[in-house]
Amino acid sequence: MSDAGFSLWVYLAERPLTWLTLTLAGYAVADALAVRAGRHPLVNPVLIAAALIGAVLMATGTPYAVYFDGAQFVHFLLGPATVALAVPLYQHRAEVRRAFLPMAAALIAGSLVTMASAVGLLAAFGVPRAVIASMAPKSVTAAIAMAVSGSLGGDAALTSVLVILTGIFGAIVALPLLARVRITDDRARGFATGLAAHGIGTARAFQSSALAGTFAAIAMALNAIVTALAAPVLFRLMGW
Amino acid sequence: MIQSFAIILACQLAGEILARASGLPLPGPVIGIGFLLGLLLARGQLAGLMPGALNDGSLEAVAGALLAHLSVLFVPAGVGVIQRLDILGQHWPALAVALVGSSLLGILATGMVFLLIDRWQNGGPR
Repeated sequence: MSDAGFSLWVYLAERPLTWLTLTLAGYAVADALAVRAGRHPLVNPVLIAAALIGAVLMATGTPYAVYFDGAQFVHFLLGPATVALAVPLYQHRAEVRRAFLPMAAALIAGSLVTMASAVGLLAAFGVPRAVIASMAPKSVTAAIAMAVSGSLGGDAALTSVLVILTGIFGAIVALPLLARVRITDDRARGFATGLAAHGIGTARAFQSSALAGTFAAIAMALNAIVTALAAPVLFRLMGW
Repeated sequence: MIQSFAIILACQLAGEILARASGLPLPGPVIGIGFLLGLLLARGQLAGLMPGALNDGSLEAVAGALLAHLSVLFVPAGVGVIQRLDILGQHWPALAVALVGSSLLGILATGMVFLLIDRWQNGGPR
């Protein structure tokens, strides 16, 4: 690279604008691929965009903190977007009220099966307790999962990584898995996706239909409460 | 649009305040859903007091725009994870099995119980 080119790069690499642009451009490319693939579940735009951007950061030796100076403007909108879930919830309030019992039962069953199977599998592998505590709340939204993990003696940073991986995995597999067992009801599909894969699953459910997204949002919120309450009880039952 | 965004941010702020004050196991924005839902449910009665955005459809437009692109908002966090996969450490095979296994079981249990109770309640096809 010429001297002038290099000093331009040094200037750009420090601008939040560069990394904000990369974030949106990376997602635009990933989403175009997803559309081209007919929204095939394996072509997950969040995963592809993160991999593309991660590769650029690695190739340019850019630390995550510098990238986040730009990306934080996108990250910030997660809060308002979460609040905005009230609008579809309001629009579908009649269906939501009718589904009170199925939601309550599915919430308890799904939340306990998810957490108990994760804990049980790790215990069977002989994984240390602190790592199990970091994994137990992985299906709920990051802020709550990290708090639960910390209170059980887990590592909040490990939990945050597991939460995002769980969200991406759940978003990819939930709809095809449910289709395979012939569950095609949008409410059940959305509820299961939001419960297992929090916000990333909810985003995926909204791509399917507004009704599925609404039920995903409800499951995401309720599972945060159930997991926060049930995780300490489960750990006490295990004698930890 | 500005009004609508201000309403949404105010609900989030109220949620953050309540989350701090109460110690509820819920993030501020999730509590904010409750505040915005309350405003929407009460908007008939609030028509005279509240700004127009609640009633002229612009709140729906702003919320729709935010939710239509929910996925992109997870990209910055996703990039962070890709860079920190090393934190999984020596236990990564067990963590992978548990993550995949518990997600599959949880999704199936949730979907099946939902439909089972729904059919029982509505006496639909068995």
